Amino acid sequence: MKEIRWHGRGGQGGFTASRLLGIAASVHGGKHALAFPSFGPERRGAPVLAFTKIDDSKIHDRSEVQESDYVVVMDETLITPGFEKGVRPGATILVNTEKVEKYQDALKGFQVIGIDATSLAMEVLGRPITNTAMYGALAAASGLVSLEAALASIRTEMKPKLAELNVKIVEKAFELINN
Amino acid sequence: MKTNKIFISGDEAVAQGVRLSRPHVIAAYPITPQTITVERLSEMVEAGEMDGEYMHVESEHSAISATMGASAVGARTFTASSSQGLLYMAEGLHYCSGGRWPVVMMNANRSVALPWSIYGDHRDSLSLLDCGWIQVYVEDAQEALDMIIQAYKIAEHKDVLTPMMVNLDGFILTHTYELVDIPEQKMVDEFLPAFETPNKMSFEEPKNLGFSSKPDDNTEFKYQQNEAMFNAIDVIRDVDQEFAEKFGRKYHDMVEEYRCEDAEVVLVALGSVCGTIRVVVDKMRAEGKKVGLLKIRYMRPFPEAEVKDLARRVNAIGVIDKDISFGYEGTVYTNVNSAISKIDKYVYKSNFVGGLGGRDITKADIEEMFNKLFSGVENKSEEKVEFFSLNVETND
Repeated sequence: MKEIRWHGRGGQGGFTASRLLGIAASVHGGKHALAFPSFGPERRGAPVLAFTKIDDSKIHDRSEVQESDYVVVMDETLITPGFEKGVRPGATILVNTEKVEKYQDALKGFQVIGIDATSLAMEVLGRPITNTAMYGALAAASGLVSLEAALASIRTEMKPKLAELNVKIVEKAFELINN
Repeated sequence: MKTNKIFISGDEAVAQGVRLSRPHVIAAYPITPQTITVERLSEMVEAGEMDGEYMHVESEHSAISATMGASAVGARTFTASSSQGLLYMAEGLHYCSGGRWPVVMMNANRSVALPWSIYGDHRDSLSLLDCGWIQVYVEDAQEALDMIIQAYKIAEHKDVLTPMMVNLDGFILTHTYELVDIPEQKMVDEFLPAFETPNKMSFEEPKNLGFSSKPDDNTEFKYQQNEAMFNAIDVIRDVDQEFAEKFGRKYHDMVEEYRCEDAEVVLVALGSVCGTIRVVVDKMRAEGKKVGLLKIRYMRPFPEAEVKDLARRVNAIGVIDKDISFGYEGTVYTNVNSAISKIDKYVYKSNFVGGLGGRDITKADIEEMFNKLFSGVENKSEEKVEFFSLNVETND
């Protein structure tokens, strides 16, 4: 089983991204998935977590995610002391940042990948909503779901006009990581 | 078989199950973590995707009162609640079962105050075990959807006519998204015909809704209620079988045994934690340890025959309780223990109280419980009740 932890702030769409990944893996990828937010009250702007579990067979394990294989950070100010707790050694950490170099020392022992998702979102959406950019980046970096499945999940979940903008973002993010 | 699988939460799965069951009246008051269910139902009624009436009531007490009244005139009804909301319904729950109105309810299992907590445990519904409702506990979103459909067929059966509560763990099930197969309406219609009741109140056949009794006939009423609950055991079996033939999913009636065939020690639990236990059972089995799971699905009627049957075959039974009856032990344990006491054999028993107010039950916790059961048998220990996450025993 692969476990993915999403870091964002309330309103940034982290939970939506965790569900998109679940839809891509299960509905469009023939695997099994669970997606859930960190349980409890939600506030706009407050740090929030979301999780996706993906496996080839039905997922029975309902306990909390304890060792993430992938971590996605939509807002780099959320990387604070204690961040590495619950991250498997050697795990891949994707960070929305202009300068990934600054994390190479702080996040030793992990594979840290940076993408300037904010610029990408501003360019396509005109708004700093970075969840789908990070989702595309994760798909490319992890191979957990194919690009086709990722795009299909966006079209399953979003209204056509918004879906096409986000399809563009996912494609660009996917390309940026693959290059 | 044709499938239509979508990625939805447990709350949404319940709403889909309700839509497919075509209730005439839905009356509910929103409460976390049940809210999404009643929001979806309200939206479906508004959009004309279902024909029922959605009554916006001002409280849970009114919700149960409204569904009872509608049920009395022959309507199929639905309500949903959780925690404090369920407790606020408590008076009406007894009225409803006493009146033999087969209302179906979803309860999103949540802790009860104080301390105020929105997180999950089983203290809400287990504290209402004696209110005369059938209680089933589900393990995933698919089972939640399927059990709503089954619930109407069980509750409305002429030999049962008893309301039914479908319990799913708050957040762990209500707010987790997973792949759920949505049955076709036509197939559900074939499985679940319209509600017919011999007790229907109408202008042609007026009846008394809030009837009273005297000491010389009250016992007869209660005896019949108890008989109806026992009748439900056969109906549950038949309905599950018919459901399996129609939809290809079977839930093993009152309980599900997982890898218990040659098990030496077994954990008994309700709800979503059963999934996590399955994973641990597989791991320990691979290491050659003979462990198993008994998933209790129905707490009322209670699966006494099944518990006794299992107890005859194993050396130790541990019961996980996401509740505590203060001053004694977990309520599931009390019930399981009562069944075990009726067989002529020593079985080592232990009660693991935990998962309260949403605390995670980890795979390591479960493995430790199994190991404690093994050592309990080996050392011929006294039976134990422990708060496992605190590592303290209450009967020291």
